[in-house]
Amino acid sequence: MKLTGAQALIKSLEMQGVEVIFGLPGGAILPVYDPIIDSPIRHILVRHEQGAGHMAEGYAQVTNRPGVAMVTSGPAATNIVTPLANAYMDSTPMVVITGQVATSSIGTDAFQEADTTGITMSITKHNWLITDAAEIPEVVAEAFHVATNGRPGPVLIDVPKDVSNQMMDWYWPDAVDLPGFKPTTKGHPRSIQAAARMIKEARRPVLYVGGGVIRAGASRALLTLAEKTGIPVVTTLMARGAFPDSHPLCLGMPGMHGNYSAVTAMQKSDLLVTLGARFDDRVTGKLSGFAPEAKVIHVDIDPAELSKIRHADIPIVGDVRSVIEDLIEALDKGEAGEMVQADLAPWISRIREWQKLYPLSYDRDGSGNGLKPQYVIETLSSLTPEGSILASGVGQHQMWASQYWRFDHPNAWVNSGGLGTMGYAVPASIGAKVGRPDKVVWAVDGDGCFQMTAQELVTASAERIPVKIALLNNAYLGMVRQWQEMFYDQRYSEVYLSPDLPDYVKWAEAMGCVALRVEAPEEVAPAIEKANDINDRPVVIEFRIDSGEKVYPMVPAGASNDEIVLGPSYGGAR
Amino acid sequence: MTNIGPSIVPMSLPGGRSSRGVSLHVLSVLVENRAGVLARVAQLFSRRGYNIYSLAVAPTDDERFSRLTVVVDLESAPLEQITKQLHKLINVIKITEIDPVDAVEQELLLAVVAADVSSRGQILELVGIFGAKVLDVGLERLTLALADTPEKLDDFTELIKVFGLIEVQRSGRVALAKLNRGGGRGGISRGKAS
Repeated sequence: MKLTGAQALIKSLEMQGVEVIFGLPGGAILPVYDPIIDSPIRHILVRHEQGAGHMAEGYAQVTNRPGVAMVTSGPAATNIVTPLANAYMDSTPMVVITGQVATSSIGTDAFQEADTTGITMSITKHNWLITDAAEIPEVVAEAFHVATNGRPGPVLIDVPKDVSNQMMDWYWPDAVDLPGFKPTTKGHPRSIQAAARMIKEARRPVLYVGGGVIRAGASRALLTLAEKTGIPVVTTLMARGAFPDSHPLCLGMPGMHGNYSAVTAMQKSDLLVTLGARFDDRVTGKLSGFAPEAKVIHVDIDPAELSKIRHADIPIVGDVRSVIEDLIEALDKGEAGEMVQADLAPWISRIREWQKLYPLSYDRDGSGNGLKPQYVIETLSSLTPEGSILASGVGQHQMWASQYWRFDHPNAWVNSGGLGTMGYAVPASIGAKVGRPDKVVWAVDGDGCFQMTAQELVTASAERIPVKIALLNNAYLGMVRQWQEMFYDQRYSEVYLSPDLPDYVKWAEAMGCVALRVEAPEEVAPAIEKANDINDRPVVIEFRIDSGEKVYPMVPAGASNDEIVLGPSYGGAR
Repeated sequence: MTNIGPSIVPMSLPGGRSSRGVSLHVLSVLVENRAGVLARVAQLFSRRGYNIYSLAVAPTDDERFSRLTVVVDLESAPLEQITKQLHKLINVIKITEIDPVDAVEQELLLAVVAADVSSRGQILELVGIFGAKVLDVGLERLTLALADTPEKLDDFTELIKVFGLIEVQRSGRVALAKLNRGGGRGGISRGKAS
């Protein structure tokens, strides 16, 4: 069967089971947009290429399947650089297809030419520049294989226009042959046995759980391990929902804005059982002061993460789900099986004391101007159906969302962790809703973030994707304002945005959304209930929140986690 | 305890390099012979802040593969982290860490040296002692070539410098592990399954 390169590309995506492409056409990718008309694959036309990338990420974060985005060459390719970098940091599987100028024009500074593979080399797991249409099926198969195996991540395929038009003999490869890509998935048995013994001996252990547990689908195995050993669990920003917040062993989020018991349990721990986490600086604080007495068991599918930041006493390369399952077995067998688990009761009771003394807290009396953002998110969480999905942008609202939303399920939290990409929430929530149309999808967003990518609500309206946006409007770039208040003598430099410029209600309405503005606490619940009942179009609720509200607890940048600041609701004391 | 592989003690090389306190190590990296592979390796080093001391690239006898001989500066990052990051590149097939003690190494030096009638004889004497070659002869200059170990190249450079060095070009070293005669441990290969 003779096909054009463009037809072969779309057919290859169909062979991979792709159900949706987020994209925007243009000159160099034009040939590929023609066979889309005849394909069962749904195409969602975005308003900015960055939106296509973040939608693909949101889709992947809730489905654990690779998101697919397709854009043209040059400026479109550079517009999708941010999502690629974001997906690379958060290990999100994504396949991006970019158009490229014809092979004969490459290197001549042709119209809309950019060195896309060169630009994206360090923010993709791998990228390909196709030079012959016959390569297309093989490269697409390789691209999906690389994006989803080992540590997941983004890949990019750059397709010159003449290659899209070139005829080729259709085939589909039986298998992928990449001699340089053979991820280790099975943990080394001796290391796992040693880890089991170390766990049995530990008196103050913590399960330090990262986003890898979600990517590996290891939540169920983790629950078994935690309940079997009775070891408390902290879930990082990327791992919220990997272990249910409602479980008595869950301590919540550690790190710069983590809660006291999660941060302090790690600090006082004698063993960090690290599962798919990478000792990010936002978790460790000042590294030399981080968990000084803890030994480290570190499980990760990426060998380069082991001992990169913190020395691992027992490094285990492998798929975290497979390793946890093997570890559960190893706890009952051999030498470890004969050992009695050290008594964790004193440790647990110390943690319970911290939880009682220093729970997450804010001023519920509502002093100050405007709504308390924490109250808005608590109310949102309690009124929204169990298992709903929450997306978030980056900044104060992201931290409040992580702190005050109840996370009980994996793949239900869509946020930008490693790169901290403002504007992530709106497009990512749209991608999430496309991936899980059966779920209610809310996005919590800030006014700064919203202004970066709000135009994708036009996409959502046009495509009938009924996401719901809780816009926490504090008229500031709030997190920067907080740092200027705390660390720059309240000298506010370029952080004021205005509460009513733009008029968010009018703007949302102009984009085809139902829009509501909420200013009083008693209006919060009715507005959320109204939004939950709307299922035919996007909804935006603008909550006017207190611009003076800060995120607490907080470990100041560069400080040790022992120096955690609890905030004014404890009278400024610890 | 570990399943990452043994650690290697970094060593300093003699000559001008050790006096700068730089510790160097040789990695022999087998890569797929594809467009852009060198750029991927170079960008990885740049992006992660690793220093390349020298780099030599050439195809192997099997045209599907090329071999990169990279001399890395271990002051910038631990060797283990460098090799693990390199392994993440899809086009990297195999990395052999070559401890210079257990390696055969060669490097090529081209040097243009001032050589008037009075000094020419002494220079040619050194050429003979080191087994170098005269590639080109000018009225007051000679272009010399020497292929030997990096240390020998250092010594040779040191000695001919006295006559006035006009230009020096070195290729960067290439290295292979010593053949196993029962004694040396040779290079330590790290396949993808670490």
